[in-house]
This record gives sequence, C-alpha cells and structure tokens, in this order.
Amino acid sequence: MPLLAQTPAESPLPPAKTIAAWRILLRGAGVFLMLFVFCVWAAKGYHQGWTQNQVPVKQIDPITEIEFVTYEQRFVPGLDYLVGGLIAGTVLFAATFLGRRGPKRPPL
Amino acid sequence: MNSILRTIAFAGFTIVSAVAAPKAYDFKDPKGVNAIQFTLDSLLEPIVGTAGAVEGEVMFDATDVAATKGKIEVDAASLKVPNTKMTEHLVGADWIDAATHQDISFEFAKLDSVKAIGDGKWSAVASGKFTLKGVSKDVVVPVTLSHLEGAFGKRINKPELGGDLLVVRGEFTIQRGDFGIQPGKNEDKVAPAIQLTFALVGGAPKA
Repeated sequence: MPLLAQTPAESPLPPAKTIAAWRILLRGAGVFLMLFVFCVWAAKGYHQGWTQNQVPVKQIDPITEIEFVTYEQRFVPGLDYLVGGLIAGTVLFAATFLGRRGPKRPPL
Repeated sequence: MNSILRTIAFAGFTIVSAVAAPKAYDFKDPKGVNAIQFTLDSLLEPIVGTAGAVEGEVMFDATDVAATKGKIEVDAASLKVPNTKMTEHLVGADWIDAATHQDISFEFAKLDSVKAIGDGKWSAVASGKFTLKGVSKDVVVPVTLSHLEGAFGKRINKPELGGDLLVVRGEFTIQRGDFGIQPGKNEDKVAPAIQLTFALVGGAPKA
C-alpha cells in the first residue's frame, strides 16, 4: 500500500487547490444578494427612476376638475436601489478573492 | 318726489355696490385639494413633488377681473417628494431651509392682459412678488381663472350654503440659484430650473 502510506508532506506534488468555507459562503451571499435585489426590483415593477416610499396617486376633484395628488405609503424600489444592491453583492463576491495565496512551491 | 328719487337712487347704488364689490376668496381649502406642484430635472428622472399647505386670500370681482389681487402662501415644511429621505434633504438647511424660512408666497396687486376665454373663464397675467427662502423676486405668471357661481356649498355637500368658487391655474419657472438654493452647485445632478405648476381653488361663502 505505498499510496496510502505517503503523507502530503512527503508528496513531490503541490497540495491540491482548496477554497476556504468562508469564501464559498461569502461568494454565495454575494450572488444571493444580487439576485434578491434584482428580483425585488423586477417584482415591484422595474421602476427606472428614484426609489419611492410614498407613491403619488393622482385624483380629480369633481366640482373644480382640479387634479391633485395624494400619497400612498408603499415601497417602490428604483434604479438607485438596484445599483446599490448589485454593488454591495459584487463587493461581497470580490472580497472572497482578497488575501488568497497560490500553492506553496517547494524551495529550489 | 325728489326724496323718493333720491331714495331709489341710493338703494340702486347700494345694490349695485353690493353686487359689484370684490369678494374675498379663501384659499385654505376645506377639502385639502390645493397644492403647488414643483418639478426639477435630475439624474435619473425629474423630481416631482407637491407643497400642500396652501393658504391665502384673493379679492375677485367677475365684473372687474383686472382688479383681482391677493396673496397665496405655502408652508415650506409641507414640501413632499415620493422619497422621504429626499424630502428631508429638500426641506433641510442646504436646500429650502424650511425651519428658518417657513413661508413661500406670491403676492400680486392686479392682473394684466385679461381676456375672456369662456363663460366665467379668463386668461390673464399676474405680475407680483414671489418669495422663497427669504428672497423676493418679481415674477410674471400667466394664469387662467374660472369663476364657479354657487358651487361653494355644492362642493362641500351643503348646497343650501350657496357661495362661489374661484379656480386659479398657472405655471411658471424659477431658477433655484436666484433664491439662494445651492446656487451653481450640483447642476449636473439637479437642474437649476424649477417648474412650478398650480391649480388652486378658493371659496367665498354667501354673505
């Protein structure tokens, strides 16, 4: 059984490339955040303006025919919400590449 | 005979004076419809908001529209846009500074270029003083006036009250820099011009 007996220290090959668990988790969180933000933005109507949290609703006074606005308390994410979420997700994802080191090469 | 004629003439004069005298229209609307809408272009889309706390009085006489005069005031703190954070910035010290300069107002003493455009409808030009953030400037505002006779009571579901309504519509543009609102700053993000649109109703209950 020569293969089982051989320890990594004794192996002439560099150690197999592995990814730390926290990097995988953070990468997943980044992707999840980007997808979540996109889905919320899309589900709330693809609003391409600023985020609104009190939505204007136009009404007409029947006697004077004046068009006036009342505000409905409701959240409508805008492009600023989408871009902010995508940037936050990208930063989380990119952070997993920081401080990574390649396999140690055996000294010459 | 002379005294009878004098009495008739006096009575006639009194009636004509009472009918022709300008009425005071109160622009604090009980139904809360009155608002000034403001629009200013910005990076993503135009920022559109309203200022709802409108008050004021306009003296109007349908037989002498050119003599119409009055003052409309808006509480600066009532400015509202669809995003509460943006509203806070807008009424904050860097922009409108509603805490220090509470009133936005427009005062005019007469109307020019009055033209009848329909039954009880006129177009005119109101020249007056517009005050914002403590700065007053002369502005010229094209307006249309609609006089709705007997509609005051009807509008508040009390037709027995009678009274008239005066609807004033108009639109004008100001430069925010002229009123000390971030002059020359952030013009790439928020346009220097602010468009103001209004449709206001004033009521004069039957005396």
